[in-house]
Amino acid sequence: MKHKLRPLSSLLLCAAVALSAPVLADEQTQAEGLRIAKERKAQDTGWDNSEAEMKMILRNAQGQEATREIRVKSLEMQSDGDKALTIFDSPRDVSGTAFLSFSHPMDADEQWIYLPAIKRVKRIASRNKSGPFMSSEFAFEDMTSFEVEKFSYDFLRDDVYKGDDVFVVEQTPEDEFSGYSKQIVWVDKAHYRVRKVEFFDRKDDLLKVLEFDEYTQYEVEGKTFWRPHRSNMFNKQTGKSTELVTEELKFMQGLEENDFDKNSLRRAR
Amino acid sequence: MIKPSLITAASLSLAAFSAHAEFEVDVAGSASIEGRYFLQDPTYPQQPRTQSSVAIEPEFYTEWNNGQDSLLVKPFARFDAQDSKRSHSDLREFQWLHVDDNWETRIGVGKVFWGQTESLHLVDIVNQTDSVDQVDGEEKLGQPMVNFTTYGDWGTLSAFVLPYFRERTFSGEDGRLRPPVPIDGDGAIYESDAEQHHVDYALRYQNSFGDWEVGLSYFDGTTREPELTVVQTDNGMMESVVPYYAQIRQMGVDLLKVQGSWLLKFEGIYRTGQSEDFGAMVAGFERTSVGVFGTSQDLGFLMEYQFDERDDNFFATGQNDLMAGVRWSLNDIDGTEMLAGYVQDLEHSGTYNGFVEASSRMTDNWRWKVDAYFFSSDEVNEDTFWFMRRDDHVQVTLEYFF
Repeated sequence: MKHKLRPLSSLLLCAAVALSAPVLADEQTQAEGLRIAKERKAQDTGWDNSEAEMKMILRNAQGQEATREIRVKSLEMQSDGDKALTIFDSPRDVSGTAFLSFSHPMDADEQWIYLPAIKRVKRIASRNKSGPFMSSEFAFEDMTSFEVEKFSYDFLRDDVYKGDDVFVVEQTPEDEFSGYSKQIVWVDKAHYRVRKVEFFDRKDDLLKVLEFDEYTQYEVEGKTFWRPHRSNMFNKQTGKSTELVTEELKFMQGLEENDFDKNSLRRAR
Repeated sequence: MIKPSLITAASLSLAAFSAHAEFEVDVAGSASIEGRYFLQDPTYPQQPRTQSSVAIEPEFYTEWNNGQDSLLVKPFARFDAQDSKRSHSDLREFQWLHVDDNWETRIGVGKVFWGQTESLHLVDIVNQTDSVDQVDGEEKLGQPMVNFTTYGDWGTLSAFVLPYFRERTFSGEDGRLRPPVPIDGDGAIYESDAEQHHVDYALRYQNSFGDWEVGLSYFDGTTREPELTVVQTDNGMMESVVPYYAQIRQMGVDLLKVQGSWLLKFEGIYRTGQSEDFGAMVAGFERTSVGVFGTSQDLGFLMEYQFDERDDNFFATGQNDLMAGVRWSLNDIDGTEMLAGYVQDLEHSGTYNGFVEASSRMTDNWRWKVDAYFFSSDEVNEDTFWFMRRDDHVQVTLEYFF
């Protein structure tokens, strides 16, 4: 009998563990998801400011293609979301149009657009964050900076993506006005770089897939930052896609807060 | 100061290709061809049924001092085959901009916009309206100015000295969209003996407070919106209708509040110095829905109420009127968009006007525009729209950007 007792008790123990496993795993995976998000943000903190020249290539399902040239100035904010100024250089009829965005971790983002033909700065209703940015497959909310507080997290699994070990994390927007029910994010273990994102619409159907490529290393004040020089957003529901190609990226451009106000918007060119 | 002519601009652009060029001149701009078709026969003799014109607006830009200084030159010219008064040219901008840490100056001929509402721009007073060029009143003449702007966490404060006055443009005898006797802009009468050389002043404060955009403005000088006066001959016959430009003072407030997907807008002015002191306001909202009908299109609804204490100014049509409009953006590669609006006079049910403005890109350089305007009035010989009651028209424009 003594012999038989041990397997029985270990079986009970196993059952107990199995029963409590989902609860434990939930807390653990949420904590792990949050840890990954925080580490991702920490790895990308301290770049201060940057200026990029980019090409945005729009493709529709019929194969029609159009290229837009944009410049993006970015300013890292220590106790708030980042600020970004995007200037459109082409097509010519919108050349000089500039878009200013203040990202906030918890509050609604603040956004303005400058229309050069009528010299007018217009405030944008930031709740419309799911709307397309410049007719692209990127929504306004995809263009704002990543802030840990914007999502809740759940670690799903370890995986391998293009030969690299990655964490796969589900992140759920905290903002009820986000266009997404959730995002699944592939983050590499070596540098905590986002490699791929799947966006799910409000009906929980897969909407878009974003892939980052050509990660390039930059040194800013002794710290290493990685930036993708190519990202492609593919809309699974419409067959349309948008590719963002970084042509040139410079850090430490001496940008300050007054380069990101409505006066700077008016003279952006 | 550098004044690039066409030749130097071209040669400097060439020079820009060489590695040692100190600065370059960017040449850009647009040219357009436009046709107007009026849906009804004209009310007055000499008026055409169709109107065609071409316009050009090049832009020359150069900067130096690491972009702290820049010069922008933007002439404009339109040739209209029917209305000689609509054939006109203007220096839209010729401006030296100097930017420093927390201040900037703009000296020369420039354009500024003040305000928040869509159907009327009450607060916007610095630039004169080029009313002969476009019916919607959005086209402005270049304004000579010395402007100093300073800014900080506390907002933006801008001061203007405006040494020269620009007269409003009006359709001629061979043009539509005018009263029975064309307004003789050249015969303008001024309250000030200095006439066009009266020095005007303007001041504006603007800031954002979270969800709020707040603007306060003050103007002292020659009114941009004239009153019409009949000039009579000795025997009491009407000789001509001329604009009268009084000296005014105007205080303005413009507000915008972001309320979720709603934008709440307000503009109010109080003006003294014309034949009566008066207040006017416009208030309303714009609500935009994104991703309508399961597409990536945006659909916005606008509504604005217009109120003006004056009841006999030719140009103040929004006395007690309601505007309802729709803004539709397809968010496609061609940037197709449409804005349609309808303005109803709340006191006279037969008095209203409406518009449709649609445009889209054909290639990266070409864009088409179709604008339509219609006017109706049942106030015989009283209302501005009575005189234009048969001037409903469709305007088609092909615009080339370079």
